[in-house]
Amino acid sequence: MSGFFTSRLFFVSLALVVIAAILPFYVSGYVLGLLTVAFYFGVFAMAWDLLFGFAGEVNFGPTFLIGVGAYTAGILNNQFGWSVYLCIVLGALASVVAGLVLALPALRVRGPYFGLTTLVAVLMLQNFIVVFADLTGGEIGLTIPDVITINAGANYWIALGFMTISAAILYGLSQSPIGLVLQASGQDPVQAGALGFNIVKHKLAAFIVSAFFSGLSGALLVFYFGTASVGTVVDVAVGVNVIVSAVLGGRRTVLGAALGAIFLIVAGEFLRPTGELATFIVSAVALLVVLFFPGGFLGAALSREARS
Amino acid sequence: MIDGFAISALYALGATGFTLIFGVSGVLNLSHGAIMVAAAVAAWAAASILNVGTYAGALIGVAVALVTAFATYFAVVKPIQDSRRIPNEEKEIFVLTGTLLWGIMIQELIAYFFTNNAKTVLPIVEGVVDILGVRTPKNEIFTAIVCCLVIALLWLLVNRTRTGKAVLAASMNPRGVTLLGLELTNIFIVVWAIYGILAGIAGVLLGMFLGVSSYSVGPLTASAFSIVVLGGLGSVSGSLIAAFVVGYLETITAYLVSPAYRTIPALLLLVVVMYIRPQGLLGRR
Repeated sequence: MSGFFTSRLFFVSLALVVIAAILPFYVSGYVLGLLTVAFYFGVFAMAWDLLFGFAGEVNFGPTFLIGVGAYTAGILNNQFGWSVYLCIVLGALASVVAGLVLALPALRVRGPYFGLTTLVAVLMLQNFIVVFADLTGGEIGLTIPDVITINAGANYWIALGFMTISAAILYGLSQSPIGLVLQASGQDPVQAGALGFNIVKHKLAAFIVSAFFSGLSGALLVFYFGTASVGTVVDVAVGVNVIVSAVLGGRRTVLGAALGAIFLIVAGEFLRPTGELATFIVSAVALLVVLFFPGGFLGAALSREARS
Repeated sequence: MIDGFAISALYALGATGFTLIFGVSGVLNLSHGAIMVAAAVAAWAAASILNVGTYAGALIGVAVALVTAFATYFAVVKPIQDSRRIPNEEKEIFVLTGTLLWGIMIQELIAYFFTNNAKTVLPIVEGVVDILGVRTPKNEIFTAIVCCLVIALLWLLVNRTRTGKAVLAASMNPRGVTLLGLELTNIFIVVWAIYGILAGIAGVLLGMFLGVSSYSVGPLTASAFSIVVLGGLGSVSGSLIAAFVVGYLETITAYLVSPAYRTIPALLLLVVVMYIRPQGLLGRR
């Protein structure tokens, strides 16, 4: 851990965060808005990477955790008018509960079977949102009366700060002994168990942490948008974006996931003039990266540094 | 009831190819829905824009599915399987991500060239008949018959021919097949060809029966995936049973309760099965 503070990675990240922090003085509100969303997405992707890259659990339903957090926060605010911050905290807690629910099958089934359970969880959540339209706003979406702030710069800083803190915690966790045990139990659960580590406990912890950050980020995103809808926080397509970001940025790197998410959202925006082909181009680029640089952006950069 | 039978037969046809590929090569092909939709849209385009007639249109649809299936194998699945930079235990997730992205690419291309509108392929047989007082489109009966015929043919192919036996052997023990001097790659190509044809037929029939749009890609993949898991990954007979269970469950819910709840009971059943019997109804592992 102490080696990290003198490593090149630390200085590069620090420089990036500082540059990002002074951006609001130079760029338009439109760019800020885009980056704000990208930062929240970065947290989704990092939380997903903790589960996949370290605990080895293929979670096809990151949006189950995100959606539960986002909708809980939104509904509480909409129905009871509780304060924004209380709603955000409760949303994150609801996500943790959802994470525990999701962790139950993970302890029983593995690989594609677990992947499918998570996918089913998302579809169920989506169905329930549509069925209980009175409470959730259904397919149109839920209107949220309060927002954190309407200042684009302040929103941007909140997102940036939140992403930086989350990145620091998640990265620190992944490099700590706990992260190593998780990695071991992801790759060979039997042997890790034989070495005397409590795999169940570690995996549960990974689910809780991942769910907490997903839910927190989802709740913050909802209060930034002022609306919660299936298309923005629950849809399988959103989950696919999260997964693609993490794989694109480099799995098992945590920080790479955030880079991947920012790249994905910014690239999608740059390609907007190409109209409907934008998604096609982004998927094609992502597919090429998956095929030719399986380590992702950060993975490729890090392995080059390790070699030299 | 006939409605449910036709839907179930269609699901079965779609899911059989999917499970065959998993059984033989361990690949979960998430571009499945995209290939089916590509077949249906090709059949529609050939019949309605190029005016080649319904039969030729359907054939073109199946051919397109075959080509797309091969493209999926050679451009996405094979490079990942052969890659030395991807550790073996992670190949599964890479194949999943790769085929998912590939599916999205196909979907977007279809949406770009043929718009998002739902397209209905002209049915080969038209008209309605009365069965026990229920007016049933002939096309529905035709769909059910074709599905059953194709599945029977597949059964014969797998159990009675030399190639089929090689495929079956490969699904049981890939290494043993290589030791017997059969080229595993050739078997994979045969399986992908069978898969392409099955997905193509299912896609074209679906296009005639319900109509498809580029939006159907996700739900189609999801339904094939859940049927296959319900029946047991890699078990063809298991997915046949599961397809009928899901097909009838959906139809009954849609008729008795409300079309809005259509997919919920099937999903609940899936969750229950996953908890009690994670390997599926007839799974081996």
